[in-house]
Amino acid sequence: MTDKVDLTLNVNGRDYAIRVEPRRTLADAIRDDCGQTGTHLGCEHGVCGACTVIVDGEPVRSCLMFAVQAVGKPIRTVEGLAAGEELHPLQRAFIEHHGLQCGFCTPGFLMLVIGVLEREPDIGDEDLMDVLASNLCRCTGYQNIVKAVRAYAAETRSC
Amino acid sequence: MSGETRNAGATWVGRAIRRLEDPALVTGSGRFTADLKAAHYVKFVRSPVASGRIERIAAPEGAIIITASDLGGVKPLRPLLHKFNYIPVEQPILAHGCVRFVGEPIAAVVAASEAEAEDLTVRLEVDIEQSDALVDARAALADGAPAVHAGVPTNVIVEGQIKTPDFDQRHAAAHRRIRVDARSRRQNATPLEARGGHAAFDPASGRITLTCSTQMPHLVRTAIADLIGMPECELRVIAPDVGGGFGQKMSLPPEYVLLVWLARRLRTSVAWAEDRRENLIAGYHSRDQYLRLEGAFDENARLIALSGEVIANVGAYSCFPTTCAVEPLMAMAELPGPYDVQAYACRARGVLTHTCPIAPFRGVSRPAITFAIERLMDKAAAEFGIEPSELRQRNLVAGFPYRSATGLVFDAASYRETLEIAVEAIGLAAFRTRQREARARGRFLGIGFGTFSERTGYGTPAFAARGMDITPGWETVEVRMDPSGFVETRIGASPHGQGLRTTLAQIIADQLGVAPERIRVVHGDTDRTPYGWGTFASRSLVISGGATLLAARKVRAKLIRIASQLLEASEEDILLESGAAKVMGTDRGLPIETVARAAYHQTHRFNGTIEPGLAESATYDPPGTFSNACHAAIVDVDVETGAVRIEKFLVVEDAGRIINPMIADGQIHGGVAHGIANALFEEIVYDETGAILTASLADYLPPTAQEMPFIALRHLETLSDASVTQAKGLGEGGGIGAPAAIINAINDALAPFNVSIDEMPATPQRIRAALRAAMETPA
Repeated sequence: MTDKVDLTLNVNGRDYAIRVEPRRTLADAIRDDCGQTGTHLGCEHGVCGACTVIVDGEPVRSCLMFAVQAVGKPIRTVEGLAAGEELHPLQRAFIEHHGLQCGFCTPGFLMLVIGVLEREPDIGDEDLMDVLASNLCRCTGYQNIVKAVRAYAAETRSC
Repeated sequence: MSGETRNAGATWVGRAIRRLEDPALVTGSGRFTADLKAAHYVKFVRSPVASGRIERIAAPEGAIIITASDLGGVKPLRPLLHKFNYIPVEQPILAHGCVRFVGEPIAAVVAASEAEAEDLTVRLEVDIEQSDALVDARAALADGAPAVHAGVPTNVIVEGQIKTPDFDQRHAAAHRRIRVDARSRRQNATPLEARGGHAAFDPASGRITLTCSTQMPHLVRTAIADLIGMPECELRVIAPDVGGGFGQKMSLPPEYVLLVWLARRLRTSVAWAEDRRENLIAGYHSRDQYLRLEGAFDENARLIALSGEVIANVGAYSCFPTTCAVEPLMAMAELPGPYDVQAYACRARGVLTHTCPIAPFRGVSRPAITFAIERLMDKAAAEFGIEPSELRQRNLVAGFPYRSATGLVFDAASYRETLEIAVEAIGLAAFRTRQREARARGRFLGIGFGTFSERTGYGTPAFAARGMDITPGWETVEVRMDPSGFVETRIGASPHGQGLRTTLAQIIADQLGVAPERIRVVHGDTDRTPYGWGTFASRSLVISGGATLLAARKVRAKLIRIASQLLEASEEDILLESGAAKVMGTDRGLPIETVARAAYHQTHRFNGTIEPGLAESATYDPPGTFSNACHAAIVDVDVETGAVRIEKFLVVEDAGRIINPMIADGQIHGGVAHGIANALFEEIVYDETGAILTASLADYLPPTAQEMPFIALRHLETLSDASVTQAKGLGEGGGIGAPAAIINAINDALAPFNVSIDEMPATPQRIRAALRAAMETPA
């Protein structure tokens, strides 16, 4: 075991002073040390994307990043999407279009799509579908995720 | 969302209302097993070899390491079946003496954090004297093959045989006999949340609460209490939000037994979260089968006799509670599928090997048997020179109830109609023209159909016929309106993505005249729900939904009786709608909460004629019902690379009454994705030593959004009285029809090359190998 280090993570605008081993992944730190368990671990080897969060404006696989690498960078997770009772439009679109069943992959898909669309609001449909293939869902067969994401993308573009 | 619920008084069943489950899940407020913290974390040391004798286990000093020698009082799993020459085998909670598959747990390491526990696993030394491993079921059947379990010298753990009296005669009378040798490779259900458990000891009560990712909490409780030897009431099992199951989580993992034992021993909380590698190598597999079919046809292409030989690789142990017989026996019982053939012979064997145990996975045997018989139908159509759809129409079951050769009774369904609609909707005639033109340009398109019957919602008689020691089937539901006029419904089923909280609320809403938002469905907690079997086998909406309807009718009857007294009107004149009890044809009425309040607080007004309270319970144990569907696919095969692109995919399905069309469509989409994965991508690969080569999601390939075609859906609703709600199950069907449709389409595309792809997944390598072999063979 390595000596622990003190660091501060800023998650959804709030600072968390935590003490972790340098090898601790960002995913584990968010879940276990900051208590934000909406970020899920599906594979811990960077394939499934369930753990996707937004770090410094970029969607990242939090299982492939160390907590120490995220120091000083704003981190956004699924818990930060809704404003109080008011759901984020993409959250609403997922409900409206039945884009989730068990809901385990959902936070990762939400953060992926929001991260990409904030970065590239005019992303073309083909590229957006390419982005969606970054994450795995085992329940929906993707059809309704695609529907929800297209509806949200159209809404974003028209604003 | 709210627009749907303002139409009070409308019928809720049949409407695509939004799911009551979703707001928590989209905001990260869902609660999954791994979200719970524990005082201790457990990691398992697993066997790196497929077969061998454990010579020595050396633990690092000071660590808490549990091995089989610590578990003296804990019984091994020993699932039972009382028919079909089944031979029970024992599975120790931790490997005892020998190991039988790569991934078998040998020791549990306990530490204050997951990372420390993982570090310790590396420092644990295990010496195993390796012996030859049996990986393939046919190899395990060979003379002189070693026995995986000494008690099963032939490795045949179960064997079913059936032969109808007229088989030989009908078979001999055939105009043509057509054979198919089909191979279904091994899959892993791969729920996105792997398995995991958290067991906590409560010093005040002495009870243990096991929170775990399971589809059957009550059975987990019974089984663990039995194995450990503790009073069942001292164990509470909670299935919180569960991140997909697909059958994998309906079998008891030995790891959960260890967690409960450990929490009792350490008098604290312990947790284990399975990682993806563990899940892929040891989280139960499925579908590893050889199927040899021979169809005997008369001169009109009517199937007059069918024979089958099924060899199912069941792995190293038998899963609890279904036993490993579930695949071979279901194959035997349902191989004829939706076809009217009364002369039938089949032998189905379950064969032990040194591989991960096999357990149910969405569809169980039916994706494999449907693929096999649908290949047979396409081969026959080619022999007779007719369209495969035409040959199917001549053979599909039409009159109901229909009694199959194996004694299954098919209730009313639409086998012929769904095929007819599929042929029309996918545009078969126009496709043939396009196919010819494409071929002329060196492009190879193909069309394929997969028709099937999906036995769903079956109760105890169906399971009893299998001879299971544990006979699942019924479900109990308690519907209770509380004094506030809200409804709490407690169910023994255990949904994990199916949206049952919503669909059951729709059923209740129609009975009680209240909006679904006033109805809470409680599941997945043995302390709060009636004993039940959980969610699997496309059963919950049929059986738990049926029990819900029956219980809700009782509450409705009581509400009407009370309201009739309060409103001084006859019971026949009371209407329950829009959250009120009304007197028909008048403006008189009472809010439902006033009626509910009276049921608890004003019972003196009924002069002892009405029992206090509004809690009713009902149990439903139906014989079963058959859903059906026709899947159709158009594919484009690149003969240079072997790549397959699905151009069109259509499902015409019939699951009786649809409670929520949005949820039904979602179930079908998800099932089709599993079926496409089965047909083209997913395969657990062992090398000859029994090591797994597909232990990550970079090697085992669930489809992404890019591999999935748009799935067009058409619904028929044949209403059958075999289900009290007239709803049939549809959770598995998507995965049953898709593989057959796609493999048939690939073969149709490759017809000019005279190849037959009868193995799935039909990977580019397999397609190329078949094309190469065909080109090397002189015509």
